[in-house]
Amino acid sequence: MNWLRNNLFNSPLNSLLTLASLGLLWLLLPPLVGWALVDADFHGSSRADCGSGGACWVFVINRLDQFLYGLYPLEQRWRVNCVLLAPLLFIVLARSRRAGRIRNWAAAIGLFIVVATWLLHGGWGLPVVETTRWGGLMLTLVVAAVGMACSLPLGILLALGRQSELPVVRAVCVAFIEFWRGVPLITVLFMASVMLPLFLPEGVSFDKLLRALIGVTLFESAYMAEVVRGGLQAIPRGQYEAAAAIGLGYWRRMGLVVLPQALRLVIPGIVNTFIALFKDTTLVLIIGLFDLLGMVQAAIADPAWLGYSVEGYVFAAAVFWLFCFGMSRYSQALEARLDQTTHERN
Amino acid sequence: MRHQFLLGLFLNLALFLNLALAANGAHAGATLDAVRAKGFVQCGVNQGLPGFSNADNKGVWRGLDVDVCRAVAAALFGDAAKVKYTPLSAKERLTALQSGEIDMLSRNTTWTLTRDAALGLNFAGVVYYDGQGFLVRKGMVKSARELDGAAVCVHTGTTSELNMADYFRKHDMKYTPVVFEKADEALHAYAAGRCDVVTTDRSQLYAQRIKLKDPEQHVVLGDVISKEPLAPVVRHGDDEWFDIVKWSLFAMINAEEMNISSDNVDTIKAKTEDPGVRRLLGLEGDKGKDLGLDNDWAYRIIKQVGNYSEIFERNLGSGSPLKMERGINALWNQGGILYAPPVR
Repeated sequence: MNWLRNNLFNSPLNSLLTLASLGLLWLLLPPLVGWALVDADFHGSSRADCGSGGACWVFVINRLDQFLYGLYPLEQRWRVNCVLLAPLLFIVLARSRRAGRIRNWAAAIGLFIVVATWLLHGGWGLPVVETTRWGGLMLTLVVAAVGMACSLPLGILLALGRQSELPVVRAVCVAFIEFWRGVPLITVLFMASVMLPLFLPEGVSFDKLLRALIGVTLFESAYMAEVVRGGLQAIPRGQYEAAAAIGLGYWRRMGLVVLPQALRLVIPGIVNTFIALFKDTTLVLIIGLFDLLGMVQAAIADPAWLGYSVEGYVFAAAVFWLFCFGMSRYSQALEARLDQTTHERN
Repeated sequence: MRHQFLLGLFLNLALFLNLALAANGAHAGATLDAVRAKGFVQCGVNQGLPGFSNADNKGVWRGLDVDVCRAVAAALFGDAAKVKYTPLSAKERLTALQSGEIDMLSRNTTWTLTRDAALGLNFAGVVYYDGQGFLVRKGMVKSARELDGAAVCVHTGTTSELNMADYFRKHDMKYTPVVFEKADEALHAYAAGRCDVVTTDRSQLYAQRIKLKDPEQHVVLGDVISKEPLAPVVRHGDDEWFDIVKWSLFAMINAEEMNISSDNVDTIKAKTEDPGVRRLLGLEGDKGKDLGLDNDWAYRIIKQVGNYSEIFERNLGSGSPLKMERGINALWNQGGILYAPPVR
């Protein structure tokens, strides 16, 4: 009661606002719950099972496999599952004593990329699955993971390059960053999908997914560079000079002194960029790739399920929210942990 | 809006480059040789258009356009399953064909002079005679001529946008275009009351209508303001390949005319005396060899894919939720305009 009085009814205006909010919830919640849960249909196999007037989750359940794996062949889906298990290995690595070494991490990530590419695409004993059959959440994760993993190192290099004392390096980095930041992602994807094949000689064709991945990576690395640059500028000059004074070369100065502090400062900015990237992956549907949203859109055009687009979109939104919220919470936990270690050292 | 402008700019540039490519990209037989060598047909289809092209819940592509791809594979390889599908959006479909990413495009593409002549493409017969129409709320208007001042939802990058502009200008009527990237977005805007009318090809309007909350409250107006012959497309430079795609479609139409279906083709083949049927099924003459195939080519199409009536009813008509009428897509001797040249 006390809490209520202190937080919700502590002034006439706040009391009014509280009542108004409650009224709004009263208006919105019952129909929403009614639609999504009470009147909804969960069991069945066709649209005939969706007669109750509420949400038709039968459609989503029926298509769930496709939303997750796209058109990936049924009997090959274990390969996708194997790749999804990989993050567990990274957690093991993170907890082991060798975690501190950047070299170990680079090796682990490099190995993961090779193995994951082999598992997903095939060859060397596995049947090849063309990227046109990749889709659903799996494709979303591939685009997002590749974009994140490649744009962060590239962005750090660009940020360092932009602060470089060498005029040529600086000019190239500034031009690169400003070019990619100046064009919309959708244009980059179009360029990669529609224009690039025309420049290539006939018969030579890059994989469409690969083209999209390169486009997304270059685009995101420009944003990442600016986020990292913000961190670099926040490090006092004294740190640079102190590092130089003890005789460290450029790379060790950056790698051991400046970057660890700068990156810690910009974790919120980096995660922000990652979340934006994760949501931007849906733009690949405009070049005919079936990411999660694209798969949902393809499924709602099935004559057998026409008219259940709301359910499909709600499902896609929920999945995206889960992932983005997860990333956000992870970054908060990471910041808290890093803060703690800093204080302990101090 | 800035995005739209930039996209427009890029597309114009893309079309310009097409011209340059079309001029020097021609060497005979290249596509057919490449298709034979790799052993499958790479077919560009719609990402999702009810009845025309759609991946079902097993991931199998189905639809009228898809069956055309399968017919070509059946004729060429003897196996309708030897097709790989490339789902394409409206804007990238023609460049995908131009650049050689796909061998044929079967993606509800309207046959127009510009595309046929200036873009270096060939249209291989008409699969479906479509036309642009209007979907409105019941009782709002009786004819499209009363739509003066209406807000019209349309999706961009198609001929629908241009046809609508022509139609309203010709009849000296005002309208407000509300433009969307996807047909579904246009429909939702219409359902939400942001516009009075949705316009697109009538084939799609019927599918759109099922999606509305109360389909009975909406009507597709009788007016047809454009001719939209939807056709499979190949690029210039390989006439043999063009012939095979074209005649694979004609074989299905001819089979319907001769009442040969996938069910009865074996019995008919065993005992027919009709010279037309015997030529189509390869019992007389070397029609298949003329196409560079064997003489069983049409038999395989009919056996594995079906005749035109079968693929229409299965995907669009009575056998599908769309329940579309044949209308002008009936055979020429049954009140429609569907007509295939004779096999002789």
